[in-house]
Amino acid sequence: MKNEYDVIVIGAGVVGCMVARWLARYQINILVIEKEADIGMGASSANSAIVHAGYDPVPGTLKAEMNVTANPMWDTLAGELNFGFDRRGDYVVAVNNGELLDLEKLLQQAQKNGVPGMHIITSAEMKHREPKINPDTTGALWAPTGGICDPFQVTIAAAENAIENGATFLLETAFQDFILDGKKIIGIKTNHGDFKSRWVVNAAGIHSDEVMHKAGVRPEFKIQARRGEYLILDRAELTINNVLFPVPSEKGKGILVTATLHGNTIVGPNANVLPDKEDRSVSRDGMDELQQGAARLVPSLNLRSTIALFSGMRAYGNAPSENPGVKYNSDFIIEIPKSVKGLVNLGGIESPGLTAAPAIAQRVVDLMKDAGEKFVDRKVWCPIRPARPHFREMNQEEQIKLVKKDPRYGRIICRCENVTEGEIIAEMHAPIPARTYDAIKRRTWLGTGRCLGGFDMPRVVDILAKEMKVSPLEITKKGGSSQFLTGITKIQEGN
Amino acid sequence: MTLKSIYDVVVIGSGPGGLAAAITAKKNGAEDVLIIERDVELGGILLQCIHNGFGVEIFKQDLPGPSYAQRFINDALSLGVEVVTDTMVLDITPQRRIFATGKSSGVLDIQARAIVLAMGCREKTRAQVRLPGTRPAGVYTAGTAQRWVNVEGFMPGKKFTILGSGDIGMIMARRLTFEGAKVERVLEVMPFLTGLMRNYVQCLLDYDIQLQLSHTVNRIIGKDRVEAIESVQVDNKWNPIPGTEEIIPCDTLLLSVGLIPENELSKKAGVRIDPLTNGPFVDNHFETNVPGIFAAGNVVHVYDLVDWVTEAGFASGKSAAEFALREKAKEIRHIPLKAGENVRYIVPHTLDKESLAEGDIRLQMRVKVPVEDPVWVEARNGDKLISRKLERYVRPGEMVTFVLAQKTYDEVKNASAITMSVIKK
Repeated sequence: MKNEYDVIVIGAGVVGCMVARWLARYQINILVIEKEADIGMGASSANSAIVHAGYDPVPGTLKAEMNVTANPMWDTLAGELNFGFDRRGDYVVAVNNGELLDLEKLLQQAQKNGVPGMHIITSAEMKHREPKINPDTTGALWAPTGGICDPFQVTIAAAENAIENGATFLLETAFQDFILDGKKIIGIKTNHGDFKSRWVVNAAGIHSDEVMHKAGVRPEFKIQARRGEYLILDRAELTINNVLFPVPSEKGKGILVTATLHGNTIVGPNANVLPDKEDRSVSRDGMDELQQGAARLVPSLNLRSTIALFSGMRAYGNAPSENPGVKYNSDFIIEIPKSVKGLVNLGGIESPGLTAAPAIAQRVVDLMKDAGEKFVDRKVWCPIRPARPHFREMNQEEQIKLVKKDPRYGRIICRCENVTEGEIIAEMHAPIPARTYDAIKRRTWLGTGRCLGGFDMPRVVDILAKEMKVSPLEITKKGGSSQFLTGITKIQEGN
Repeated sequence: MTLKSIYDVVVIGSGPGGLAAAITAKKNGAEDVLIIERDVELGGILLQCIHNGFGVEIFKQDLPGPSYAQRFINDALSLGVEVVTDTMVLDITPQRRIFATGKSSGVLDIQARAIVLAMGCREKTRAQVRLPGTRPAGVYTAGTAQRWVNVEGFMPGKKFTILGSGDIGMIMARRLTFEGAKVERVLEVMPFLTGLMRNYVQCLLDYDIQLQLSHTVNRIIGKDRVEAIESVQVDNKWNPIPGTEEIIPCDTLLLSVGLIPENELSKKAGVRIDPLTNGPFVDNHFETNVPGIFAAGNVVHVYDLVDWVTEAGFASGKSAAEFALREKAKEIRHIPLKAGENVRYIVPHTLDKESLAEGDIRLQMRVKVPVEDPVWVEARNGDKLISRKLERYVRPGEMVTFVLAQKTYDEVKNASAITMSVIKK
């Protein structure tokens, strides 16, 4: 392993991976480090999976600019990187006359931000488009450019394409400090040794404030961890085919009820600031909050058909807008600070961060160019990341062909989501090899169905162990000390 | 083994219900009976139930699960029931077409004259009881833990708390204690035991394992692996009572919080589900609302004794065989009308031969191309002419009518198809 690079990206979330993908078209050596056992383990894999139209951010902020710039980039991005994306539009639903006035304000904001195609529809039209909507609805704001995606697929696809074009990824590698030569960054220290680099990109998500402070940048900037809890409903029980937002409040976009690309309905998030940035637990109060929020949009929704609970931590920052005329205090930070050389500083990237990621990546390239970096195009650059086969998404003819070629694709391991042994093994040999149960789960959607892994778990542990040629006792849920098993039984000891 | 494309009875699942259904289907005259099993061996969940308590009703013997299953497996195989294992059914249509897939069997497309659904049930999960807290390794359903211990020989933990006083949970409490693990406590949210009293006595009382009624898990604690759980007492509306929280250090939480009949496939086939049992609405033959689709065992409702599952399997297998035989008889009576030379289509599409014994049958058809000369409209059984009629001309715009006379019954009764053709005289 070499230890000298042109650019090191700290953090392999969707922003870090997208930055690496954008930089990888130039003749530079890129290293992405990630402290967790897998990429995308922070907010990138625990969010609402929405590509926002851009009506929500305050006009004049970086959030608004990045959102509206990025939104039209997604069709090409999805085509090149082969991840699931569906521009099905979204609704902000008013449930009383006061909220109807709020929709007007939101529409004006959308026009200021430059969001195309939005208009207000009547309550009758809303009921027609979503028959399960709250019958008290007074109208809705329709945003045709909103979309949904599989955010983890987006992250992994960007990372794999960066690797295809020469980037290196190191997992379980935690940033500790910068190595400085006077006012110039010349490398970083990690738990796996030192790495030299001309540039460092801070894409550390919820920890980006701590990273920039190590370089003496923006000591007043602080990220609070704002937990968003979610629950997923069984698609056999209830399906909502639309993306439904409540009218936003000062706490954010509110608890939405939305379709996922996997056909399930998802409810969430709430937004509660917590002292521990890594506390991704779910709470009783939170679930009650989700229940109330969901009932506002879809009163018939029965949370008894919940099949999964999760939460994500959003990086709620306190950076004021750089735009002098705009009063807003939790904007994105996308900058090359003057006080230190060699740092590209990103911070406070919460919603609409997923949507904005490709525009942020482009902005990083532009800022580096402005700072004098002479990018030279790679001689061969492949923008395409091929998708791997997903048995359940194929028609019968394709399934027969695939199983004939590789019979492991005929063996279903996850009964609810129909994920096959072939898919699991393919992910174990992908550019970023899946080595844990959760890594397999995020990539294949296995274990996310109504039995929540009860059927597949022993089988996946067995496959992981056999393929890696280790004991099942060593297999973990998510790295670290998260082993599933603690020992062997007395009968096996006897053998 | 090569599978046929049509079976009299296809049984989905080889647990006690499925095995019993396949056996009686065969005994009641079904010739081709197939079991499709998703696991690598026959027997279903019985294979991991190595404790006693099976067969007291049927065999007057107290057997462990695998031995109970083996008796039925032997019977089924010796009767000539075909089996395909390691194969998952993906879809069933209301017309009883079955799609399945397996590593060695490939993608299967099978037509069944009758189907017995015997998919059993699955365990409720953490999400369904909405347990708060972190999401570490070490939270398992009791059945998943049972598979690890009894089938694969692995221990899923050292220090356990069990939520739910269901039978699997109590049986696992004893099993884990045998293996040297410590079971700290069994918590039950209801003010009463939900499993069998005999299991409470034999699995908990005899091993000094404490059962706390009206208690539940308030939250799960631990980042990578479970480090503890917080228990709490609940009132009669299941609301936690503040001040009653207690931290119980443990590395594993087992859930034994109920079973749900597994009917996702049934729903795909159009089977109506009773929201109370979570299983199909069935009649006394265990037939569902979809003709020819039967259901047996825990897929219908959760039984407390395996012997009753077997009995239900016997009854549904017999009904399925009878249905399949009636279907077969119909298929022999019904023959297709095939379009031959210069015929685009014929209505009706099929013919019930027996109705020809009672009177003439009118067939109507259209030709493909006009013929402005006299033509024969012919009905043939293979090469053999059954009857024919002369037309001065035929045109696609003018429907051709042909009456198959009652007197042709003797010719038609042995035919497997009738071909209609329009031929120049």
